[in-house]
Amino acid sequence: MASDTGASYGSTLRYKSVERIKAVGKHSLIGASGEFSDFQEILRYLDELTLSDHMWDDGNSLGPKEIHSYLTRVMYNRRNKFDPLWNSLVLGGVKKGPKGEEKYLGMVNMIGTHFEENHIATGFGNHLAIPILRAEWHEDMTFEEAVKLVEKCLLVLLYRDRSSINKFQIAKITTEGATIYPPYSLKTYWGFAHFENPAQGAVGSW
Amino acid sequence: MAKFSPYENNGGTCVAVAGDGYCVVAADTRLSVGYSILTRDHSKICQLADKCILASSGFQGDIKALQKNLAAKELVYEHNHNKKMSCPAMAQLLSNTLYYKRFFPYYTFNVLGGLDSQGKGCVFTYDAVGSYERTGYSAQGTGAKLITPVLDNKLKSPNPLILPARDAVTPLSESEAVDLVKDVFASATERDIYTGDKLEIVVINSSGIHREYIELRKD
Repeated sequence: MASDTGASYGSTLRYKSVERIKAVGKHSLIGASGEFSDFQEILRYLDELTLSDHMWDDGNSLGPKEIHSYLTRVMYNRRNKFDPLWNSLVLGGVKKGPKGEEKYLGMVNMIGTHFEENHIATGFGNHLAIPILRAEWHEDMTFEEAVKLVEKCLLVLLYRDRSSINKFQIAKITTEGATIYPPYSLKTYWGFAHFENPAQGAVGSW
Repeated sequence: MAKFSPYENNGGTCVAVAGDGYCVVAADTRLSVGYSILTRDHSKICQLADKCILASSGFQGDIKALQKNLAAKELVYEHNHNKKMSCPAMAQLLSNTLYYKRFFPYYTFNVLGGLDSQGKGCVFTYDAVGSYERTGYSAQGTGAKLITPVLDNKLKSPNPLILPARDAVTPLSESEAVDLVKDVFASATERDIYTGDKLEIVVINSSGIHREYIELRKD
């Protein structure tokens, strides 16, 4: 899972080092876009949930499917009260099940629409990244291949989405656990001929 | 500043056709929002009891909540009455559940299909607030207005005022009905942007439930 680390406040780039992907329990990652304070509230709910799950001490732990189901109910019930948590949440994870390692990736939005897919994006990612993922995703990609593919999407979003910044974080979840890598930047190219001397053909004072 | 809307239309079409001893329930598997496709592989069909299938289109958050709600009520019924709910009983329950939220409706357009207690095919069609009717066939959802005229042409029963009374369920065989359903979905897919990707067809008859998937246009 990958995200950029920016959080805007209207047209101001208010926060530049925000971690929008967090580990949940032993088996899942949650990524969010939208209202950051509502995401922090959701993390508090998830803390309570994972704590009571741990206190059962029954050798069982909540997997990504269960967390996704819980979040869907939370989002839908808040929408019913006309007081939504203004987020699009991405829930991914891997858990050992009866049929071996079961991986899961799903999304839920602020009114409770939810689904499971092999590739998920929020916001502008739906328009710019999903077409790339649909063309190039395939089963059994290695981690390195997946990072390359995701970076391709992030680069397009960096060029074309005004609210994205050049600082990204990748997170990985496997049966061994969650790893959230330190932030890094992608190389961009702006040396196009048309960007040089942009006022050349302009009429008027500007 | 746009006002918060608690609804969105995730699109899709549902169809059901009743026959003598079978019922065909079908729905496409596309989930959309605005002009985007969220996923091409999302089922709108829910099996509520062993002879009762619900297909719903509209707002997916409400669809899932409604289907969960009904499945839970069916379980309670089973515990209280020591038998599974019949299709006509579920039809009434669905109507009541929808009307209960008359002043903040489930944005769902439902078609309930199955076999009644005599083993004959039955189809019940609903609006968003629970008004319902038993018919021989029905279509609901974004492609319904493209499909209903075709079904009327092929399946419509004669005027109910004619005597002797004639059956609403179609005299077509099960495979003919399934072929008709495939054809109408292929047509709806051509012109309705929200319908397409894949078609899930569920057939209930005396030997049980059979599920089939066919590809539809993905554009």
